[in-house]
Amino acid sequence: MRYSAWQILKEGLTGNKGWKPVWREPEPKAEYDIVIIGGGGHGLSTAYYLAKEFGVTNVAVVEKGWLGSGNIGRNTTIIRSNYLLEGNQPFYEHSLKLWEGLEQDFNYNAMVSQRGILNLIHSDPQRDAFARRANAMRLSGADAELLDREGIAKMCPFLDFDNARFPIQGALWQPRGGTVRHDAVAWGYARGADERGVDILQNCEVTGIDIEGGRAVGVQTSRGSIRAKKIAMCVAGSSSRVAAMAGMRLPIESHVLQAFVSEGLKPVIPGVITFGAGHFYVSQSDKGGLVFGGDIDGYNTYAQRGNLPVVEDVCEGGMAIMPMIGRARLLRMWGGIMDMSMDGSPFITKTDTPGLYFNGGWCYGGFKATPASGFCYAHLLAKDEPHEVATAFRLDRFMRGAPIDEKGQGAQPNLH
Amino acid sequence: MLINHPLLGPRDAAEFVVKGDAALIGRPDGMTASPQEMHDYAYLRDNPAGTHRELWYHEQGDRSWLVVTRDTLTHEVLDVALARDVARAEGRSR
Ligand SMILES: Cc1cc2nc3c(=O)[nH]c(=O)nc-3n(C[C@H](O)[C@H](O)[C@H](O)COP(=O)(O)OP(=O)(O)OC[C@H]3O[C@@H](n4cnc5c(N)ncnc54)[C@H](O)[C@@H]3O)c2cc1C
Repeated sequence: MRYSAWQILKEGLTGNKGWKPVWREPEPKAEYDIVIIGGGGHGLSTAYYLAKEFGVTNVAVVEKGWLGSGNIGRNTTIIRSNYLLEGNQPFYEHSLKLWEGLEQDFNYNAMVSQRGILNLIHSDPQRDAFARRANAMRLSGADAELLDREGIAKMCPFLDFDNARFPIQGALWQPRGGTVRHDAVAWGYARGADERGVDILQNCEVTGIDIEGGRAVGVQTSRGSIRAKKIAMCVAGSSSRVAAMAGMRLPIESHVLQAFVSEGLKPVIPGVITFGAGHFYVSQSDKGGLVFGGDIDGYNTYAQRGNLPVVEDVCEGGMAIMPMIGRARLLRMWGGIMDMSMDGSPFITKTDTPGLYFNGGWCYGGFKATPASGFCYAHLLAKDEPHEVATAFRLDRFMRGAPIDEKGQGAQPNLH
Repeated sequence: MLINHPLLGPRDAAEFVVKGDAALIGRPDGMTASPQEMHDYAYLRDNPAGTHRELWYHEQGDRSWLVVTRDTLTHEVLDVALARDVARAEGRSR
């Protein structure tokens, strides 16, 4: 069924009886051309683009829980293309362009809202760094502006401009950044993939990867074994666990990032605001809740929940830069497990095992990458060649001395 | 999380900086190790779901390095030792 204003009107007048389930619940087949492990945003978008752009439809997405139970349903929904390095920025700009056409493309309301993203500046060196970043962004075809205090005050008069520790001196502003309804992204891609014949297998946990004669040939799952010509790992925070099934050790540690949402308020925050120096960022959802977060907790974990010191740290950061939020009540908080890579950048790559592919290492920034990650992974799976904006995301980049270290922190994943 | 410091008793985890897998104590000899061995040491991690031995630095305290054995599925702290003692027992250092 094609969704449109006309459909809504028609269904509204006929008791909403015509809506159908958005995807099927098929039984696993014995064999597929491609099995994608992980039904998060990236796994589903990979399946969608495989079917739509590359004509590969004999595909299964194998998900251990329900769709959207991972980070795709836990993130703070920010999209942007404000990276610095060459291996990264063209990829993220490609992703932002895909976001801009996504809702028309998959005929689903993902509430893509380009309300802009503001990165605050507090010192001269930071302004220099952001000026350089803005230039890199423009070179890649993205939009970027440096704002002064007055420019920020017009949008966000509520900020504590004369904060004693971090007075605001300016900001990097990307008007095309914004937020997207995360669950709808998963549902929209799932629907589009399913419509084109992809089997989405929920409650189907991969427990083993079958390797015969050095080649990956299938997976063991909680719903039986499935053979496949190609197996595409795409499990975000579980990357190391799944790769270990194929005997791989990855340049990844799993860490928790927490997020928070306040009670619903009238519109107060125009776009996304990041206060990196204070470990705090915030936007306001369409329902009115302030959605905010900060840094990862910093220790290896698979627990999907964090600890209180970070809660305190994030709330202090928020109070420091926008004291007005002190009267809002915190409604909910949660955590998601992130695949923190050794240079803070992702992987979309073949592995040493023929037939086995890897997508991961998205750290806390993989939501914005969802369309391009799926597009480029589908390209790699269909053609066995990387897409031109994803050539740097290889597993061997550390061995070759070519890490993509945006922050210059070195092999210390909890600092990225 | 509370870290039961061998010298100072229970301390808030927030006083510490985490360095990661305690296997980092076993650094290969840079003069003899192959590039592959150094790469694996610097970049690859077991990243287990379950028991994990890791290096914690008491930055906001006595600045000692500890080896904390922790369950990454539950956050339960199973054992805490001075990294110095662990390293010596593994034949590192003097
Ligand atoms: C609190 C928080 C805030 C964030 N904020 C942002 C943000 O503002 N902007 C941004 O760009 N990014 C953000 N991120 C990061 C982003 O959410 C992730 O990088 C991205 O969602 C990861 O890709 P995914 O959607 O495919 O992951 P997931 O949705 O986690 O998908 C992986 C799937 O694999 C499944 N799986 C795991 N093991 C198996 C198995 N053995 N068998 C079968 N299936 C398996 C899991 O159940 C899961 O559904 C945030 C993350 C968190 C936790």
